Amino acid sequence: MADKIKIAQYWGAGCGGCDVALLDIDAKILDLHAIADVVFWPIGFDGKLHELEQMPDKSITVAFYNGAIRNSENEHVAKVLREKSVIMISFGSCACFGGTPGLANVTNKEEVFQTVYKDTESTDNPDFVTPQTSVMVPEGELTLPEFYDTVKTLDEVVDVDYFMPGCPPTVDLIMVAVGALLKHVKEGAPLPPKGTVIASDKTLCDECDRERVEKGKTIDRIYQAYEIKADPKKCLLDQGIICIGPATRAGCGAMCPVANMPCRGCMGPTKAVMDHGGSMLSALASILNITDSESKLSEEQIMELMMQVKDPIGTFYAFTLPKSLLKRTVKERKRKG
Amino acid sequence: MSSATPNAQSQEKAEGDDFEPKIIVFCCNWCSYAGADLAGVSRLQMPPHFRVIRVMCSARVDPEFVLRAFQKGVDGVLVAGCHPADCHYIGGNYRTRRRIALLRMLIQQFGFDPDRLRLEWISAGEGEKFQKTMVSFTKTIEEIGPSPMGGGD
Repeated sequence: MADKIKIAQYWGAGCGGCDVALLDIDAKILDLHAIADVVFWPIGFDGKLHELEQMPDKSITVAFYNGAIRNSENEHVAKVLREKSVIMISFGSCACFGGTPGLANVTNKEEVFQTVYKDTESTDNPDFVTPQTSVMVPEGELTLPEFYDTVKTLDEVVDVDYFMPGCPPTVDLIMVAVGALLKHVKEGAPLPPKGTVIASDKTLCDECDRERVEKGKTIDRIYQAYEIKADPKKCLLDQGIICIGPATRAGCGAMCPVANMPCRGCMGPTKAVMDHGGSMLSALASILNITDSESKLSEEQIMELMMQVKDPIGTFYAFTLPKSLLKRTVKERKRKG
Repeated sequence: MSSATPNAQSQEKAEGDDFEPKIIVFCCNWCSYAGADLAGVSRLQMPPHFRVIRVMCSARVDPEFVLRAFQKGVDGVLVAGCHPADCHYIGGNYRTRRRIALLRMLIQQFGFDPDRLRLEWISAGEGEKFQKTMVSFTKTIEEIGPSPMGGGD
């Protein structure tokens, strides 16, 4: 047992799906177990933070961190894990780009508390008691982590070695990572360069088998996925369903389009792109109802056409808002004049 | 831009006195850049708060450029291209007008005043239109005030 490597897995602001994804590798987990001891995995078994804090620095070989940085506890554990681990892996879309919890960046702490602890129908909280970081009771002081205004990605708070996007990362991609780790431990094979994203470098369309119009692509109008019965063979975007595939990194095997559902972008942008949403916005705007009578259209008509996109942030940044260029919403001061 | 009460006006003036907006203007090579050039050689008076970036076509303005400008605290972005049916590349400006319309919706959802982003068609002969656009756009930006990204908000 002594020569086994040590691994840790932790969840920040996530749903637990990433933890389950690691178990999804099925019998292969025994291969992992043959070379590794799990020293810290709160969702898997009992383990206390102070035990982790007492471990020597760099004594853990690999730490998988899933979930975004939503509060001070997420950040603290990320920093402790970074100190204790040789390799830090940003595991899953939330750790890499903020993921679904990252959409909370359209609001802030005050508004979140207002909704959660006051406005919801099922809440009875007349004094509007909200979580405090510290409260004194007769038995002593009770503390809670500080809830942040802005959701951050893991690489904003600690140095990250590898990124594994996906919601959750697929079994195949986990096997690529575990395989590289096994080879490294058993045969001394070199690890991929730091910063590698464990997925494809191409876009999802490259992996998707649907037939698509290559030249002169244009769509008449936008449909929500429930509004039409999508042809299972043709490109979803060609059919008017917003599929984020053209702006999204491949590697997942196009599993959503295979199931006749549009890609929502959980793999994040490709390396060439700084802003996932901007990239998709550009692609969609380029094909929406361009006809021969274009020069007769007024700017108002164009606006009406684009208003079919009901929720631009929710559509284009469903998983990547905290990793986008603007990161979160802002507030304008009052306009003059 | 309805007129404010005299009292409020003087107050606002005191606040915004030293605000010099930073404006980025993307001009297409074939029409708008020549239009801007004409405005310059014709010595038309314009506020000096803008920087022109020449691109081959207004459709070369990736939404990322605009978002990056706002991220860096720019107060306003103007995209200028050829009039519809005049694009040197036939349909570039048709893409541009869709992108800018959608981008205006997007930046509004991000909390920005959508008027911080404007699209104008300016031909090579329209030096005067360039000047008028710059005067009115600068005025609009001055009214909106400094970017919420710039003030460390």
